[in-house]
Amino acid sequence: MSEQEKLQAALQKQAAFGRDIDLTTYDDNDVAHVQSEADISAGGKEKMTNVGMELDGANRSGSFIQVDNVVLEPKVKKQTPLELMNTGMAAKKYPELVEKYWWKAVAADTDKYTAITALEKENGYFIRVKAGHKLTYPVQACVFLSHEEQLQRVHNVIIVEEGAELNVVSGCASDPCVDKAVHLGISEFYVGKDAKLTFTMIHNWGPNVSVRPRSATIVEEGGVYINNYVCIEDAKDVQMNPKVILQGEGAVTRLNSILAAAEGSHLDVGGTVYLDAKGTRAEIIARSLSSGGEIINRGLLSGKAEEVRAHLECSGLMLSDAGYISAIPQLDAFVSNADMTHEAAVGRIAPEEIEYLMARGLDEEEATATIVRGFLNINIEGLPDSLAKKITDTLDAFSLNKGM
Amino acid sequence: MGDLYPLNLFYGIIKSTLFEKMRKGEAQVLRIENLSVAVADKEILHHVNLHIAPGEVHVLFGPNGTGKSSLIGTIMGFDRFKVLEGKIYFKGQDITDAAPYERARLGLGVMIQRPPTIRGLSLRQMISICGATPAEVEQMAQWMGLAEFLDRSVNDGFSGGELKRSELLQLMAQKPELLLLDEPESGVDVENIALVGRASNYILHNAPCGGAGCEQPCCAQHAGLQAAAKDNQHSGLIITHLGHILKYVPATHAHILYQGEMHDVAETPLEILEQISRDGYENCVKGSRRAEA
Repeated sequence: MSEQEKLQAALQKQAAFGRDIDLTTYDDNDVAHVQSEADISAGGKEKMTNVGMELDGANRSGSFIQVDNVVLEPKVKKQTPLELMNTGMAAKKYPELVEKYWWKAVAADTDKYTAITALEKENGYFIRVKAGHKLTYPVQACVFLSHEEQLQRVHNVIIVEEGAELNVVSGCASDPCVDKAVHLGISEFYVGKDAKLTFTMIHNWGPNVSVRPRSATIVEEGGVYINNYVCIEDAKDVQMNPKVILQGEGAVTRLNSILAAAEGSHLDVGGTVYLDAKGTRAEIIARSLSSGGEIINRGLLSGKAEEVRAHLECSGLMLSDAGYISAIPQLDAFVSNADMTHEAAVGRIAPEEIEYLMARGLDEEEATATIVRGFLNINIEGLPDSLAKKITDTLDAFSLNKGM
Repeated sequence: MGDLYPLNLFYGIIKSTLFEKMRKGEAQVLRIENLSVAVADKEILHHVNLHIAPGEVHVLFGPNGTGKSSLIGTIMGFDRFKVLEGKIYFKGQDITDAAPYERARLGLGVMIQRPPTIRGLSLRQMISICGATPAEVEQMAQWMGLAEFLDRSVNDGFSGGELKRSELLQLMAQKPELLLLDEPESGVDVENIALVGRASNYILHNAPCGGAGCEQPCCAQHAGLQAAAKDNQHSGLIITHLGHILKYVPATHAHILYQGEMHDVAETPLEILEQISRDGYENCVKGSRRAEA
């Protein structure tokens, strides 16, 4: 069977997790519904800001925006050692990179979502930082849905070469006018020897948007990969399970996630780390809040090499009796000196904690918000301050208005 | 108790002048009238009366499980404690049905016996919630030997003594007009009892000492000696088993809570303590007068 035939066959392949989406009910087109940033609605711009986009880009090394299936002209700050372009364009410019990196971390025939993205016209961001360069400011990448019933395909490739450092803030949002849509986002990240990539993804979709990210990161010797994921606004259905392969000796990864699901949202979010080289380390920390929505939190650590160390922590807080949180931690050890642990806890806020804070002068709402804030306080590295504040404010509102 | 005996006289004088006057007057901080309380449908406090005037420090003795902690929990308005009958007034205001935060804002402050851990909320944040400025947080934590705990989650892995110091640190920031201490000496080693006592006095005085050689917290100058109740601006209610705290904190009144009933058996706290050690609780309260409204 040829590659093409394999992909055609994979178009029928359901994903391992998550509800199946009938992609034929969506509008798969490459029409430029928006010509430039200026055409994006005020409401859309506000949502872009809420997912960490700085519209003037002053404190960003580079800015990338894809609207539906069309990439707007990327901007790079002058004299920044950064390549930022449409993935399709990068594929034409660097066939040798395609050979080495395209569809190597994520197999194109993984499921119907990867297959359709591999078969159709290629969009998404290509980011490369050459060896030894460290960027002062983060790079921002926004993937935006502007059109009703749109099927959005994204293929992202990030390469951080040996000794380089990069911080990416990736915000995904839909225009307030969009009700139903689907977003497919395939990401392949490569962290070179002694390099560091911090990748923060914030989602802010609509209540009828389905989301299927597929991402994998390969980390070489001594490399560090930090992944932060925040999804605290309504989304119909998100299913993702980013993979990290620690391929080089001493490589390190940390996956942090903060999820909040109100009634109607279904989040099936995992994290999988393969500790394939000696002395590699991994930490997965997940915090989930449900005020009536459904959250499944999967975590898998697989230790195949000597002297690996890994820890998995998933905690959930039920703010009401509706909805559910399911914590599914899994540890696989294949060597005797693997040091792997997990902690999982799901529950409600203890009334004695609320009472304790009330005895110090906080009313019930303030006490609840304070406890939730503490619960979610996982020191996310690489988050711009303004964004951190926005997230805190949103979560305060979440725990107060929808919670009790 | 021999070494403390001369202080009895001192208490007597203080009581018969200043405090008795206040007691009769309007200036009462706490007035509990005919209070009956149930926990999980079981009545555990029966018709309790208690009056505390400004500057007074009352001690509550009693065996385990007799309702002492329940009384403090009820005064603070904790949910478990259901008032069946009676009233609680704070500074003349009926607080029987007030929420704990309203009581805290009015000026009640409680040391909780087994405070919960709140993950992700640092001790530093907790003290500032209680009302301290960032500079005060540092200073007060230094005094209480908890400077290194400031960035840890509040109460997370604290030892018994550390919990007491953490509670007092929060109360120092809160500056309550009525300090409610539930067994401040339990789990605290001998060295730290003096510190617990000094911190309590600091809260009761509500003013920097400034006396010769004074080191904050106030009353370090009295270390080893009794602080004077006349310096108190604020009042206190202290639950104690063994009375160790009385070496450091000047109590003006004492009561025995026995099987949910309040008994006044002697004039001064030290007299009561002596009676209890000599005769035991049961004999002490036999034939005693029940505290009257």
